[in-house]
Amino acid sequence: MISMVLRRIGNAVAVMVAVAFVAFMIFQFLGDPVQLMLNEQASQAERDALRIRLGLDQNFVMQFMLFITRALHGDFGISYRNQQDVMSLIAERFPATLELVLVSTIIALSIGIPLGVYAAIRKGSPIARLLTMFSMIGVSIPSFVIGILLILIFAVQLNWLPAFGRGDVVHFGSWTTGLLTPSGRSALVMPALSLALFQISFIMRLVTAEMLEVLRTDYVKFARARGLPNRLVHFRHALRNCLMPVVTMTGMMIGDLIAFALVTETVFQWPGMGQLFVQAVMFIDMPVMAAYLMIVSAMFVTINTIVDLIYLWVDPRLRQAGAARGYHAH
Amino acid sequence: MAAEAVLDIRNLVVEFPTRRGVLTAIRGIDLTIGRGEILGVVGESGAGKSLTGAAVIGLLESGGRIAEGEIHVCGRRIDQLPLREMQKLRGRTIGAIFQDPLTSLNPLLTVGDQLIETMRVHMPLSRAGAMARAVRLLQEVGIPSPELRIAQYPHQFSGGMRQRVVIALALCAEPELVIADEPTTALDVSIQAQITALLKRVCRDRGTAMMLITHDMGVIAETADRVAVMYAGRIVEIGPVASIIRAPRHPYTKGLIGSIPSLTQRSERLVQIDGSMPRLNAMPEGCAFHPRCRFAMAQCRRERPPLMPAGTSEAACWHLNGEVSHVA
Ligand SMILES: Nc1ncnc2c1ncn2[C@@H]1O[C@H](COP(=O)(O)OP(=O)(O)O)[C@@H](O)[C@H]1O
Ligand SMILES: [Mg+2]
Repeated sequence: MISMVLRRIGNAVAVMVAVAFVAFMIFQFLGDPVQLMLNEQASQAERDALRIRLGLDQNFVMQFMLFITRALHGDFGISYRNQQDVMSLIAERFPATLELVLVSTIIALSIGIPLGVYAAIRKGSPIARLLTMFSMIGVSIPSFVIGILLILIFAVQLNWLPAFGRGDVVHFGSWTTGLLTPSGRSALVMPALSLALFQISFIMRLVTAEMLEVLRTDYVKFARARGLPNRLVHFRHALRNCLMPVVTMTGMMIGDLIAFALVTETVFQWPGMGQLFVQAVMFIDMPVMAAYLMIVSAMFVTINTIVDLIYLWVDPRLRQAGAARGYHAH
Repeated sequence: MAAEAVLDIRNLVVEFPTRRGVLTAIRGIDLTIGRGEILGVVGESGAGKSLTGAAVIGLLESGGRIAEGEIHVCGRRIDQLPLREMQKLRGRTIGAIFQDPLTSLNPLLTVGDQLIETMRVHMPLSRAGAMARAVRLLQEVGIPSPELRIAQYPHQFSGGMRQRVVIALALCAEPELVIADEPTTALDVSIQAQITALLKRVCRDRGTAMMLITHDMGVIAETADRVAVMYAGRIVEIGPVASIIRAPRHPYTKGLIGSIPSLTQRSERLVQIDGSMPRLNAMPEGCAFHPRCRFAMAQCRRERPPLMPAGTSEAACWHLNGEVSHVA
């Protein structure tokens, strides 16, 4: 069990080293940063000084080691665009994105799973059909359309919620959160909902499909034949066996949302990583792009590792040493 | 007799409405099982054996419904009970065992969890009390070191051991009646006899009545007190096992008995039943078996024979009136 946990963590580290290498190679092949950073009138002495400051006078391997060591300390160099420390640029933005994504995912799970279970166990009833229909609409409307509709209704018409920004935030060291202030919370409602609507629909459909399949299994039939009440049959026996795909998809979704929260962040002018990344791409701001790549990858890898560990926790069959069978979403 | 019967099925009819019309899968079945009695139900695949069991425990697949007839268990009519009442009976009054032990247990819960939850749903037991009972029960069904095994998951048990767990689960709330639907079919041949013997023993010990569904006449011969032979949704012969094995009256029963190797070793000739059972939407006129029957006569094609007394048993065959024609 412990060895399996260690192996999965080892895998995660290996993936991160590979990603770091790719990020590092971006520097190697995409032009000379010294050219980009200094203007044409800079003297040779100035150029050499910057070259040494950036560590570009070292050989390839040394540079890579230096890159990794610095990355581990949260040092991704300075932005070409405005010469600011990349890490502090990201530290300003990352909490906003993560907060938005996690809140909308929690909303999605706590609404999507119960609705999915309901639609499965009441299959064919009018409410279940209505839910299925709404979920179909929910997965097909782009989130920015929902965002704009929400703004029109709740900000422009009713004036209940702010249309943009993050409200007041509370600082904890370098971390910021809007969850602790009233304006922060009300600013979060619409962006989180517009992200969550797709997720709710998606998770609901997934849970419904999985539940319908599990409800047909022999062990559910046998649980019924033993006279277990529906509550136990549906939640203890059936839902538990549906959780693997839900965990997998939720993990992938969180990763996707962090990487592509861009659209929602643009609609709501949410000060997150998405906007930072767009600016970095337009300016070919290498250190910011590399740091972004590393951080988003680290999120993906962390989430995947957590997903794997949840598997081990939920499914006793995977806990046996040597069990190579894994779960995959269909 | 009728008052003592644990299970009393009267004129049971089960239908499935489909797009192409209503299919009648069970066409009027009468049977009783007494206290501590084992009734074997035998017949080819599709005869309606499983549906009969499913109807008793109220777990017909969606769409299937009891269109006619009554089911009484321990003197109480149960075929029209509301779901909540039926749930109280399942496990507590009627236990069920299904064919495949590999898929009958929830893979994510320990064997002990599944036993304990079942007992505690039906009986006022503390967790510790249920645990102690569960260990004893596993011991009783022949699982070695039950106090260790109880904390294990189904995948850590072999097929035969899992079916023992399933038997323990079916019996854990001490039902009056057990419906065992092909409990050994999915198992290794070497284990089948053990499991059948176990089922017989635990039911005898507890005085539990059992409906043992199988397509294997050999299992019936070893285990059951009485046997009901089913064909195309009806019982075609029913009576004490000994007399039916010794002197089957219905040509279909003769075919089934002829297909037990151990019983026909000496006769050298294995009786085969040619053809297959008619489909539900293409039932022949008269006796449903006549297209496959070597003895079919004009009356068989015209008129359906009812169950008629024949010695200690009953059979549905026109030839009971004139036994001579049987000698082929
Ligand atoms: N859900 C269903 N829908 C339609 N027909 C069914 C259904 N379940 C069973 N049947 C039909 O009922 C008949 C009896 O089935 P069953 O009781 O399972 O037979 P067996 O004797 O092999 O256990 C079969 O002809 C089968 O096709
Ligand atoms: Mg069957």
